[in-house]
Amino acid sequence: MPTVKIPPVLRPRTGGQSEVSTPGETVGAVLEALAEAHPDTREQLFSSAGELNRYVNVYLNDEDVRVLAGLETSVAGSDTVVILPAMAGGSQRAVAG
Amino acid sequence: MATTADQIRERIELVSLDRAREEFAAGAKLIDVREQNEWDESHIEGAEHVPQGELLERIDELAPDRSERLLLHCRTDNRSVAMASELEGLGYENVAAVEGGIVAWEAAGLPTRSDSGLTKEQRMRYSRHTLLAEVGVEGQLKMLNARVLLLGAGGLGAPSALYLAAAGIGTIGIVDDDVVDASNLQRQVIHNTERIGISKATSARMTIEGLNPDVDVIEHNLRLDASNILELISDYDVIVDGADNFPTRYLLNDAAVRLRKPVVSASILGFDGQISTFVPYDGPCYRCLYPVPPPPELAPSCGANGVLGVMAGVMGLLQANEVIKLVAGIGEPLIGRLLLYESLGTRFTELKVKRDPQCPICGDDAPQISAEDMGRFPDYELFCGAPAREASPSAV
Repeated sequence: MPTVKIPPVLRPRTGGQSEVSTPGETVGAVLEALAEAHPDTREQLFSSAGELNRYVNVYLNDEDVRVLAGLETSVAGSDTVVILPAMAGGSQRAVAG
Repeated sequence: MATTADQIRERIELVSLDRAREEFAAGAKLIDVREQNEWDESHIEGAEHVPQGELLERIDELAPDRSERLLLHCRTDNRSVAMASELEGLGYENVAAVEGGIVAWEAAGLPTRSDSGLTKEQRMRYSRHTLLAEVGVEGQLKMLNARVLLLGAGGLGAPSALYLAAAGIGTIGIVDDDVVDASNLQRQVIHNTERIGISKATSARMTIEGLNPDVDVIEHNLRLDASNILELISDYDVIVDGADNFPTRYLLNDAAVRLRKPVVSASILGFDGQISTFVPYDGPCYRCLYPVPPPPELAPSCGANGVLGVMAGVMGLLQANEVIKLVAGIGEPLIGRLLLYESLGTRFTELKVKRDPQCPICGDDAPQISAEDMGRFPDYELFCGAPAREASPSAV
């Protein structure tokens, strides 16, 4: 089964797990299985139209699925799917705008 | 019976530094008989350089007149005395050695020149850099001439500023309008307990000045915004982004792409960090990686969420490492690569990041920005969905 790596901000929604094994033969199916198993992740991953939210980057191993076939990208059992939202933590409280 | 060194020494005329300077100024020939590397490090301007081993074969050409006044010097005066004796043996009548050599010359505070471009103090200070073939004197000079701007003297900026200063980055600008707080000291190692309540930029400058007098620190006690960013970053070669909020990160990215400034970007939260290097048009930009920011509930601040101080240090030093490579032009910067660090598992993961042809900032169809629109930026607060101050109430 493919392994899904859960980013820190989503771990409260996966019971604290940083890696979850979920079935599926495409990236979309794997993420859907994740959302089935951990329903609180669904709204963060998918828009109401069922598309992957634009602010969530998903990688198959080290490759961004946007340059592959998106949610249709095939996944093998030995693959790792990485979910990666942007993080902004850093140094200062500078404000733009 | 062989002549001993002491006997030679008694016979050879030794001139004092003062006397040597007078004679040199009056036209006497000053010959430095040290080796090439010693000459390169430091020498007296106007001296002739002939290494000891070559002196006897080259002296005819250098001083055809055997009555000419010749002053020999070396590091102290052993080699110069020995060579003066050899020259006398060849019939030179007016040879002397300079007492104390260049060591005494430098100790007296007299000027020397270095072909390396580094001062004597710099050669000592940066010797562990210059010994590295990939860096060398050339790379060190690039660092000394480099201007690096740090966004923040906080969790990421503090460790990277310390190491960049130690490395001899000649100009370090620090943008921070915050003051040192006790809760910063768990990770912001450039500050200290006595500095609580004073400006972070000032505190960072004080530490850096004590660490390396070669570094010129420029304090920017201000908040970065659309009205000041272009002017601010245009003076720098590399920007180190450790901002704690998305509006600043997008603003910096858009401005850096406009001015084609490389940005070393890292972020930290909890036990996790991310870093990449964005060099406009050589690789993706921040927007190619993150086209839109996450909603606030997916982007907590370190002030709300906590952060492991050591992890901030690791990520800040990875940023400093990227800066050094960009400045010295060595190695493989993290261009087109996003490096994730999980400190609890001690795992690094590298992801590929490609330029997005659809990127609104650096993509193929991105609009050309006219000169008068150069300083105009979108409303990032609106774009990011929440005022940054609310999204991140305190320094991370």
